[in-house]
Amino acid sequence: MKAAGNPALVIRDAAMSIGGRVLWSNLSVTIEPGEFVAILGPNGVGKSTLLKAILGTRALTSGHIQRNSEIGYLPQRRGFDASLRVQARELVRLGVDGTRYGLSLSPRRSRAVRARVDELIALVGAASYAHRPIGELSGGEQQRLLIAQALAHHPSLLLLDEPLDSLDLPNQGSVAELIASLCRDEGVTVLMVAHDVNPIVGYLDRVIYLAPGGAAAGSVSEVITSVTLTDLYRTPIEVLTTSDGRLVVVGQPEAPAIHGDRHDHGGH
Amino acid sequence: MLGTATVGEFSPNLVSDLLDMWSAPFMVNAFRAMTLVSVLGAAVGVLLVIRRESFVGHTLSVIGVPGASGAVYFGGPAALGYYLAAGIGVLALGSRRAGGGARLAGQNAAVGTFQAAALATGLLFISLYKGFLGGTSALLFGSILGITGAQVAQLAVITALVLLALALLWRPLVFASLDPVIAASRGLRVGLLNLAYLTLLAVSAAAVAQITGGLLVFGLLVLPAATAQVVTTRPARTLVIAVILGFLIGWASLYSAYYTDYPVGFWLTSIAFAAYVIVRVGHQISDRVNG
Repeated sequence: MKAAGNPALVIRDAAMSIGGRVLWSNLSVTIEPGEFVAILGPNGVGKSTLLKAILGTRALTSGHIQRNSEIGYLPQRRGFDASLRVQARELVRLGVDGTRYGLSLSPRRSRAVRARVDELIALVGAASYAHRPIGELSGGEQQRLLIAQALAHHPSLLLLDEPLDSLDLPNQGSVAELIASLCRDEGVTVLMVAHDVNPIVGYLDRVIYLAPGGAAAGSVSEVITSVTLTDLYRTPIEVLTTSDGRLVVVGQPEAPAIHGDRHDHGGH
Repeated sequence: MLGTATVGEFSPNLVSDLLDMWSAPFMVNAFRAMTLVSVLGAAVGVLLVIRRESFVGHTLSVIGVPGASGAVYFGGPAALGYYLAAGIGVLALGSRRAGGGARLAGQNAAVGTFQAAALATGLLFISLYKGFLGGTSALLFGSILGITGAQVAQLAVITALVLLALALLWRPLVFASLDPVIAASRGLRVGLLNLAYLTLLAVSAAAVAQITGGLLVFGLLVLPAATAQVVTTRPARTLVIAVILGFLIGWASLYSAYYTDYPVGFWLTSIAFAAYVIVRVGHQISDRVNG
């Protein structure tokens, strides 16, 4: 989507503290258009806060972030209430024209909006259930529609906060595949906060690893290693690869590969 | 309703009944006022139902009781009391959401406290002003008597303003109501939109309460929208169906109140409730049949 050599996002010497406590620091990374980047790190380290800094709703303590692209944002959520009787399609539609004031009286514009909504729903493979109330859909189905909504205004940079959170394993795999295909086929740059790197590890171009006080960025093979993480945490960390290719980080207070307490309090 | 000899008998011919009722000027005003507030209440109620803030709506309705009784006690017009109380309600409830995005639905205890205090104040004014006792029932449960041309005009202005504001703000209001975090990230001023919504709701409740009474505003505010949501999941369609339903419920309750001894608020709520139950049950049956 972007001309070559014009990065989608540049973060230089960034640091974030909240109430005098340094969440992370020393973050420098350049992200090219169409890359799929994961933001990893233990609970409470400030992963969501990094997304908010990129979004511009929270200021960095030092350093700077340079972006020149339209951003789509999908915050962390627990899903819609099961009794919410609003059609899923309407949610995508709000992404297209929900910020517009006044009545939509032009039939030509209405047709264009409908066509765009159809296109977005097809893109995330949600056509068969988009007519149903959002509250009745599964977590994976809701997540697909929310991704469609986030893509509505043609963002070239998509910020996703734990989109695989609370999905079952098959859905984690299929939503991860969807996000990877957006990068590959649509040229969208994706920054995604993840609790567990394994469902997406095969698709990632780069990871940003946040640790208390520090940060590291690079490819998966550069960053998720015993040496880099031991250096980052200043305590012995071992990265193991299981026989089926899953990464397990051992020795870190709350390892990203372990399921359990999923809530990232860093941004709240 | 009137207890005087002017009331004709109800006949199955609804048109002749209507002409019969309209021979009394006060009933012409009642129909005008009811048409306005039923459309107004149903339209605003759609947002209330989408946001699931029925309790907030009820509180903003109930504060009309101390507003109106206070106004009468101090010798002012009741309508002024309704709107002043609505303004106080917006300030009290709106200030808690100054941060933007925060929902009142999560603060039921605070809202409930406010509601209880409002009712207590209303009862105080009513008991202080002994001569007002006859009007207590009207204040709480509504009345179609004594609606003046000036009051109809006042309701028409309020209805026009609220509907105009709704038309201008509709999509951003729905967006901010369904998904405040994402709406804010897309640049909408969610805090201001919430305040606008709260103001529209309070003003509408104050208008509707003048006809239905403070306790039964719900019949027009929540029930038409809740009923419409059973049959459609699209907000714009919900709006259209709710307005038509509200209009029909309003007129049916005027017929009923005119030909019986029960207050209009009772009829309004009962008919609206019956419509809700019928639609809900009918929808469930059709769901079963269609698998």
